[in-house]
Amino acid sequence: MSNHEKEPMFSAKNLKFLTAPMADNNPITVQVLGICSALAVTVKLKPAIVMALSVTIITAVSNLVISAMRKYIPDRIRIIVQLVVIATMVILVDQLLKAFMFDVSKQLSVFVGLIITNCILMGRLEAFAMANKPWPSFIDGLGNGAGYGMILIVVAFVRELFGSGTIYGVPVMEKIGAYKTGYENNGMIILPPMALILVGLIIWIHRSRNKSLIEK
Amino acid sequence: MEHYLNIFIKSIFIDNMIFAFFLGMCSFLAVSKNVKTAIGLGVAVIFVLLITVPVNFLVEKYVLKGGALSWLGAGFSDVDLSFLTFMVFIAVIAAIVQLVEMVVEKFSPSLYNSLGIFLPLIAVNCAILGAALFMQEREYENVLEATVFGVGSGVGWMLAIVGLAAIREKMSYSNVPAPLKGLGITFILTGLMAIAFMGFMGIKL
Repeated sequence: MSNHEKEPMFSAKNLKFLTAPMADNNPITVQVLGICSALAVTVKLKPAIVMALSVTIITAVSNLVISAMRKYIPDRIRIIVQLVVIATMVILVDQLLKAFMFDVSKQLSVFVGLIITNCILMGRLEAFAMANKPWPSFIDGLGNGAGYGMILIVVAFVRELFGSGTIYGVPVMEKIGAYKTGYENNGMIILPPMALILVGLIIWIHRSRNKSLIEK
Repeated sequence: MEHYLNIFIKSIFIDNMIFAFFLGMCSFLAVSKNVKTAIGLGVAVIFVLLITVPVNFLVEKYVLKGGALSWLGAGFSDVDLSFLTFMVFIAVIAAIVQLVEMVVEKFSPSLYNSLGIFLPLIAVNCAILGAALFMQEREYENVLEATVFGVGSGVGWMLAIVGLAAIREKMSYSNVPAPLKGLGITFILTGLMAIAFMGFMGIKL
């Protein structure tokens, strides 16, 4: 077929597409993409995990689809084409959630629909899938979805543990007897503004460990 | 009249797009470096919301809802297209943004130049789709209510972005720890502003 050697599926280069978004190129803390939904669904761990999985799957698959079609999409209407592909995927995920996880779907409310306008999707499609082969694009989608999910899960873990005293619905604080020592749940941390402040703190920690990311 | 005023005030302060739902955060953080561009983007968002929310309301009422197509004839009365909501809403928004862009370019080049690249970017601003989806979820009764809600959300969004931009302009004189500079402190600032806005939450309208 071609005279150059076939690249192995998990070459170092491809693996980098997977790992970079989880650390130095995290979509939320470095690329500033997809923040809207990241904050609203992180009160409890369960919706956060569902959201993280949905976004990862949608990003990976729409990256794959757009990358496979990239040579046939006219430049001028590419945004509409991208939106249609994303919207189709989101509708599929939304209907699946409604069918199999109705309570979570109710909790996520409009935020499943808002995955369509999640900037991670458009951002990765524009920046990566339009210029790369399907397989690396798929990996890139997975990586960015995972990087997004990671932050979501960390924030949700902290908020659920200190806000409601549970982890994934298990009353941890009660089991270890924290309430008997006079411990109280911190009601403040359930409120929306604390999600912003927590992400701010994550960014602070991330950047003090990785000096190259510091803004001037 | 009072009823509409209530919806308006509620959508600006109590259900503020940014501080209560975090919608449109991406552009909120990216374009809030100075007040002038923040005002430009804010005006563009109000403008687009003013048009898209009522249009999506009509689309929802006469096309998408279960039984909404009955005006086509009795045979259509049990058609339910609500699973297409996302696709149709985003298509309507993208189309309208494109249209608004062309109209503004034709009739008011000065406004077009001042809005610049923000207009096309608005199509993928979550605040626009978010407003459409909230409009659907809260079941407003008529077009006027939906319009008032749309404009109110836009004004709330603009208030937030202009406020943040003003604070960030002043921030350049402060001594922020290096790793917190830029994005980190902006997040924390937004959090503090959101806490301030929570003061409106107790108000029952």
